[in-house]
Amino acid sequence: MYMVLFATSVFILMGFIYWATAGYMSSQTDETIEAEIIGLAEQYQRQGLNGLISVIRERVARDPNGKAVYLFTARDFIKLAGNISKWPEDGEVQEGWLNFTLNDGLGWHTEEARPARARVFIVPGGLRLLVGRDVNEFMAVKKLVERAINFGMGITFALAMFGGIMMSRSTAKRVEIINQTSQKIMAGNLSLRIPDRGTNDDFDQLARNLNEMLDKIVQLMEGIRHISDNIAHDLRTPLTRLRNQLENTLMNVERDQDRQNVARAVAEADQLLATFNALLRIARLEVGSKISNFETFDLSALAQDAGELYEALSEDKQQTFSLRVEKDITILGDRDLLFQTLCNLIDNAIKYTPEGGNIVLSLSNGEKELALEVADSGIGIPEEERDKVFQRFYRVAKSRSLPGNGLGLSLVLAVMDIHHSKVRLSDNNPGLKVTLVFPKKTNVPAALKNV
Amino acid sequence: MRILVIEDDKDVAAYLVNGLKENDNVVDHSADGKEGLLLAASENYDVMIIDRMLPGMDGLSIIKTIRATGNQTPVLILSALGDVDDRVEGLRGGGDDYLTKPFSYTELLARLEVLVRRGSKSGSEKVTHLSVADLEMDLLARTVKRGAEKIDLQPREFRLLEYLMKHAGQVVTRTMLLEQVWDYHFDPQTNVIDVHISRLRSKIDKDFPKQLLQTVRGAGYILSEDS
Repeated sequence: MYMVLFATSVFILMGFIYWATAGYMSSQTDETIEAEIIGLAEQYQRQGLNGLISVIRERVARDPNGKAVYLFTARDFIKLAGNISKWPEDGEVQEGWLNFTLNDGLGWHTEEARPARARVFIVPGGLRLLVGRDVNEFMAVKKLVERAINFGMGITFALAMFGGIMMSRSTAKRVEIINQTSQKIMAGNLSLRIPDRGTNDDFDQLARNLNEMLDKIVQLMEGIRHISDNIAHDLRTPLTRLRNQLENTLMNVERDQDRQNVARAVAEADQLLATFNALLRIARLEVGSKISNFETFDLSALAQDAGELYEALSEDKQQTFSLRVEKDITILGDRDLLFQTLCNLIDNAIKYTPEGGNIVLSLSNGEKELALEVADSGIGIPEEERDKVFQRFYRVAKSRSLPGNGLGLSLVLAVMDIHHSKVRLSDNNPGLKVTLVFPKKTNVPAALKNV
Repeated sequence: MRILVIEDDKDVAAYLVNGLKENDNVVDHSADGKEGLLLAASENYDVMIIDRMLPGMDGLSIIKTIRATGNQTPVLILSALGDVDDRVEGLRGGGDDYLTKPFSYTELLARLEVLVRRGSKSGSEKVTHLSVADLEMDLLARTVKRGAEKIDLQPREFRLLEYLMKHAGQVVTRTMLLEQVWDYHFDPQTNVIDVHISRLRSKIDKDFPKQLLQTVRGAGYILSEDS
């Protein structure tokens, strides 16, 4: 857009220069010719035909290699005086301006044809006077100017084009960087910031503003997390005490009905404590203090164990539980955490899959990644909710009636994060497929490499 | 039992001491690491409960010091969730069991019981045969009989029963079973262990008049002759 505007203005400017130069030069030629004619006319008026002829001869003789062209002819075009031998063939015979070519045929002392411009006068008596000039130089200059302008235009256009492309490329690139960074940030990597190039231009300003905004958001989020963690931490101790007192009471209660009630209260307290513990565990995983427990272990055996542990539970629900585990896959990670994570997923699958459904636990060794997958034929998670289920306390609308604290997948995500791995949710048509994806090369977290 | 509690958190300490005393134990308590070490080194206890983070001297150092003097008294380490996860470190450092706060009293009691029994049995040669009432297990042939009847068990069921029989008469919690039988450390939260227990129960108890494997409400299970 800017380029078109720029090109147009350059074009207009160049055109004006050309028009002005060429116009000036051609008007100069014309003026010279006019002046000559005025001179000749004066001579004619003063001395008649003979005077005119002699003046022409004189002028020709005085300046044999000049630029002036003269021809004075009789009615039948027979030359009376002048420095060309005959009327130019491509020339008009009427009065007025005339462009023609000077060449040997006209008796002009030259090796090459030269352009010329002249004015023709009909002198009374049918005599014709042609006064002109060799405009070869002018034409050459005109051509030079033309060429210079063309060349200049070409270069200008090329530069404009190049500059424009570079500029729009760099603009597009910076917009793209901002876009990509925002997308990554939206995908959950809140620690990312838009790079500041230090050029202090509009984009830097924008980047800085966005970054400041992100800092504020992170601060707020951390504040909220802090509060929830603190609540969990501070309430846990009294809650534990309450639970333990209830438990003590349970041992001393005589009546069966009371025992049942107290036992239920203990179970409730346990549930609450479990929620608090999960919250704190997630918080701690996010801080990354758990990495000290990394070891290399047999992931196939872990999957097998988890499958075996939950198979019975699944069968009790008349579900078909299948294990498809590739052998001898080892991984570097926290064995207990990954086991807990997998159990969590299987437990969910069993819970959200109706009786008679299918659950498949599989572990496959891909080229670039290991995939540990739990697929069920249950109620699934609608696509638009798949991102949200990783948030703390988020529960899918359909499953709110079922027991759970909405922390399971948050915990899964936190565990996968410290393993530098990902959780993928997809449709199992029907049901849900949860895939834990361990990239093969980056299995070793950076923090551990330095140990 | 004679028990030493080294714990600086007043609430936890009071809860532990009161609970343990109620269960007819003799309990000494110290809230300071150095004082605790002195007690541990000078007195004879059946079991010690030591918190990891203590003023004066940290729990692991106390354990290392008493182990260096040849004292083999079983130790249960207490740790607040949030310390760098250190179960492995704690067990390597000479602890015998590890419990994360907050814990339920029954869980603690069950673990103490197991620790003390194990401590008193240590040194005896390898057991090849287990029996509870008319239930018998041959660890070499890996067979199980109830009375005259042979019982077929899956490998994991065998290990589950083995653990229960080794700790016959003691309450074992679900977490303990997951740790000892499955070798994973976490609180299962769900009834997944119960399912395995009920399957085992249907094999060893179902067709017999006397039920050996009992559920202890709010705690876990017990395999016992007298129920």
